Amino acid sequence: MDAPVLPASLYTVKAIAILDNDGERIVSKYYDDTYPTTKEQKAFEKNLFSKTHKANAEIIMLEGLTCVYRSNVDLYFYVIGSSQENELILVSVLSCLYDSISQILRKNVEKRALLDHLDAAFLAVDEIVDGGIILESDYSNVVQRIAVRGDDVPINEQTVAQVLQSAREQLKWSLLK
Amino acid sequence: MHMLRRDKKDEEDGGSSNPFQNMEKSSVLQEARIFNETPIKPRKCCHILTKIMYILNQGEHIGTTEATETFFAMTKLFQSNDVMLRRMVYLVIKEMANIAEDVIIVTSSLTKDMTGKEDMYRAAAIRALCKITDTTMLQGLERYMKQAIVDKVHSVSSAALASSLHLLSQSPDVVKRWVNEAQEAATSDNVMVQYHALGLIYHIRKNDRLAITKLVGKYTRGGLKSPYATCMLIRIASKLLEDDDAGNDSPLFDFIEGCLRHKSEMVIYEAAHAIVNMKNTTARELAPAVSVLQLFLSSPKPTLRFAATKTLNRVAMTHPAAVTACNLDLENLITDVNRSIATLAITTLLKTGSEGSVERLMKQISTFMSEISDEFKVVVVQAVRSLCTKFPRKHGVMMSFLSSMLRDEGGFEYKRAIVDSVIVIIEENPEAKEAGLAHLCEFIEDCEHTSLATRILHLLGREGPRTQNPSKYIRFIFNRVILESAAIRAAAVSSLAKFGAHCEALLPSVIVLLKRCLLDGDDEVRDRATFYLRVLEQQQKALNSAYILNGLSVSIVGLERALHHYTLSPSETPFDIKSVPLETQPITEQKKPDMLPSSRPAEKPSAPAQEIYAEQLAAIPEFASLGPLFKSSKPVELTESETEYMVRCIKHTFANNIVFQFDCTNTLNDQLLENVTVQMESGDGFETVCQVPAACLKYNQPGVTYTCVSMPEDATSVTGTFTNTLKFIVKDCDPNTGEADDDGYEDEYVLEDIEITVADHVQRVMKPNFLASWEEVGEDNEVDETFALSAKTLEEAVSNIIGFLGMQPCERSDKVNEGKSSHTLCLAGVFRGGHDALVRAKLVLQDTVTMQITVRSTDPTVSEVISCAVG
Repeated sequence: MDAPVLPASLYTVKAIAILDNDGERIVSKYYDDTYPTTKEQKAFEKNLFSKTHKANAEIIMLEGLTCVYRSNVDLYFYVIGSSQENELILVSVLSCLYDSISQILRKNVEKRALLDHLDAAFLAVDEIVDGGIILESDYSNVVQRIAVRGDDVPINEQTVAQVLQSAREQLKWSLLK
Repeated sequence: MHMLRRDKKDEEDGGSSNPFQNMEKSSVLQEARIFNETPIKPRKCCHILTKIMYILNQGEHIGTTEATETFFAMTKLFQSNDVMLRRMVYLVIKEMANIAEDVIIVTSSLTKDMTGKEDMYRAAAIRALCKITDTTMLQGLERYMKQAIVDKVHSVSSAALASSLHLLSQSPDVVKRWVNEAQEAATSDNVMVQYHALGLIYHIRKNDRLAITKLVGKYTRGGLKSPYATCMLIRIASKLLEDDDAGNDSPLFDFIEGCLRHKSEMVIYEAAHAIVNMKNTTARELAPAVSVLQLFLSSPKPTLRFAATKTLNRVAMTHPAAVTACNLDLENLITDVNRSIATLAITTLLKTGSEGSVERLMKQISTFMSEISDEFKVVVVQAVRSLCTKFPRKHGVMMSFLSSMLRDEGGFEYKRAIVDSVIVIIEENPEAKEAGLAHLCEFIEDCEHTSLATRILHLLGREGPRTQNPSKYIRFIFNRVILESAAIRAAAVSSLAKFGAHCEALLPSVIVLLKRCLLDGDDEVRDRATFYLRVLEQQQKALNSAYILNGLSVSIVGLERALHHYTLSPSETPFDIKSVPLETQPITEQKKPDMLPSSRPAEKPSAPAQEIYAEQLAAIPEFASLGPLFKSSKPVELTESETEYMVRCIKHTFANNIVFQFDCTNTLNDQLLENVTVQMESGDGFETVCQVPAACLKYNQPGVTYTCVSMPEDATSVTGTFTNTLKFIVKDCDPNTGEADDDGYEDEYVLEDIEITVADHVQRVMKPNFLASWEEVGEDNEVDETFALSAKTLEEAVSNIIGFLGMQPCERSDKVNEGKSSHTLCLAGVFRGGHDALVRAKLVLQDTVTMQITVRSTDPTVSEVISCAVG
């Protein structure tokens, strides 16, 4: 059997993945060369999804790796580490990822909302793990560092229709008062 | 109202459709032209960057030119001060760092952001910058990096520390200078900064034992707030403990044990894990770790239960008694919804259970077998198998358990695992043989998997005739001939023939049955029946042995190649089977059953090493006349590791020569070796015939040189020792460019000695029916000797003899029954030149082992050589 103890290292996370309910990847990031090509990565994700999408059991050993996961509606969040890694550390990363995304999507954790905020999701993954090193484990710090912008579109980027629309709204509200 | 309606329509149109799904790579890159427009539209640009990220993330290939173009367009976006946009720019820069060219042009923009006032940019800018920089650029950034490491903004400090660690492998010299700053950062009150600083210091100082000891000493006394950092410290401390071989009274051990009472579960588990995995822990030291793990077993969090079960499973391998206290909690887990936990719990229980509790456990498992998937059933089957080896007396329970599983529904993998287990149990435990064979006979009555049925028929043919009542198996086998597909019928015919060859009493009935097969519709079945019938009717033991009981032992690939070669050049001489390389018998090692269901799939079986060697050697003109390769040894290291030159040797035995293959590696980057040869000297009559030098040996590029020697003239002296010297011409070279000086000088380097033993002349061959072969070879060249061995136990003597002769133990005679004082070892092999050699060694244990060895062979010299080898 392989060495039971991992050498002390900051490199903890091998991969992070967010898949949809067909097992297709939305965001995934691999930090070492366990799966060097996209083809191998996607095959692994397919396998992972097929083993995890039914049972919500939080942890699974797969292909010699420890994968912790969490799902909501049509999204599946995975954090993958070595089979000798401290599982609780991986879970802490997973919670941070999930909570950050949940905060960004205003608790509305589903695929559609995620695709609307895909930029923020990429940034969140980047803030949580950098090249395999856990960078941040507190989701409030992550969200604060991403500085998600509000929904209002700056005036110079609005189309004429949008400007008219918002003007009409404002007029309506002022009349209602 | 209007808006609302449109939203609804959207949803109906493509409820869950993905706007990113059907993007064209080229059109997205086209869109990126908008980056050049002024004023910059942050939202739109941000959206396009997201699209690019999505494409990259899906693994689509972007060419260097395209990427570089987009990258340059992106640099314009630094003019905008939109935070989100800037952050996306950093992200895409990092993603494209390895695809696009000239990425360093953004260095100045990033450096500006990194040292600027906007805290939102700084941390991310550092990380992007470190991704695109190289060693030379880094020197210029050093000042800023040092400042960033000790920055009061935590995210900046963390980013700088993490990036430094990434850079450490690439430019170690520069990063090592930052250790003082890292030490300052380690005193930070932010948990993440502390963790990253500790990690960086450790990685920089990893090879400096004294510094690490001091580092650990400092922090074990307190001061770490981050649970991650504490986990890291536990790992460092346990490594130090292991290296020092320090006793468990060391303060480091106290620290780890103290962490069992930490407030964070992560740290508690890490400490327990560390204690469990330490070497030489006693039950007393394990107890506190096991008891915290026991608490975790009843946790509501699946991960905690999983971690604890997995670690206890490991404890159970070495200290089963320590885990017994947790048995009750583990039993609750065997119905856990998480299959991984359930499986781990079962296998742990099976390891810790005493002989008495086995039956109860098996009962419990059988109730729950139907609920789990095939994959986990296989794990259970493996656990049962290992249990059977542990408690041979319980084979009755196990056998009936396995046979009931055989009757259940299940896929091929599952059935195969069961059949494998039954076969292993039969082989290891003679008492279980009859029952096991009966279960297997029953199984093939209704078996849909052809490969399993043929395997079982083969096993019946081998084991059945030697049982007390062989006739009862004949009915099962002949039923297959009537009912099954051609492949199974053929296997059944072979199996029947073995009964006929081995048991004279059954011969007439077998002949009758085989005659019926002569009219079979399938060619293969008919051919086999005809062939066996003809051999059996001769009623000669030698023929039976050679053609029925012990088949060909040549390598199939080798046979194919030899036959093909023979047909290419028509000649009068008949084909000589002895020229075909023998099948290399795998050295029998106990395969450890894999307890975890999902370790990596086994490596794909590569072509046998000997075939590769044979091809390599055949390509060298000097060795063309040596004939076919007989045997290749395993590589032997001739140098210590980490010396200037590393050399390992592989011995290739031919009919009259031995070729030594030396794989050499030059580990000096300022030297180039040319004309490398190995000078071999021996006083035992071996003569060097020729040498094939390695023309050039560059730094770290392995090269091969060969030396060919001929066998001594006296056929009985086959062993010897060689002293070896590596000879070469050294040329100094520039370590960076590899350019060498024109003139070099001769030098040599002394290697370790090489021994030629009898084992180098013998190839292992498996004879399934040793006795028949023994009779077949006959006593013409029999040699009988008696020796006193130095071994203290029979097991030791057996493994010594096998190692010495390099022959294959048959009839499982390499396993010595416990408590016996005498043992018979049967070995089979083929000696160089294609002579069969068989050895029967009778061992008796008094104070030391006395051995009476009988060698039979088709050649008198071979018998002599082998019988002398052991003494």
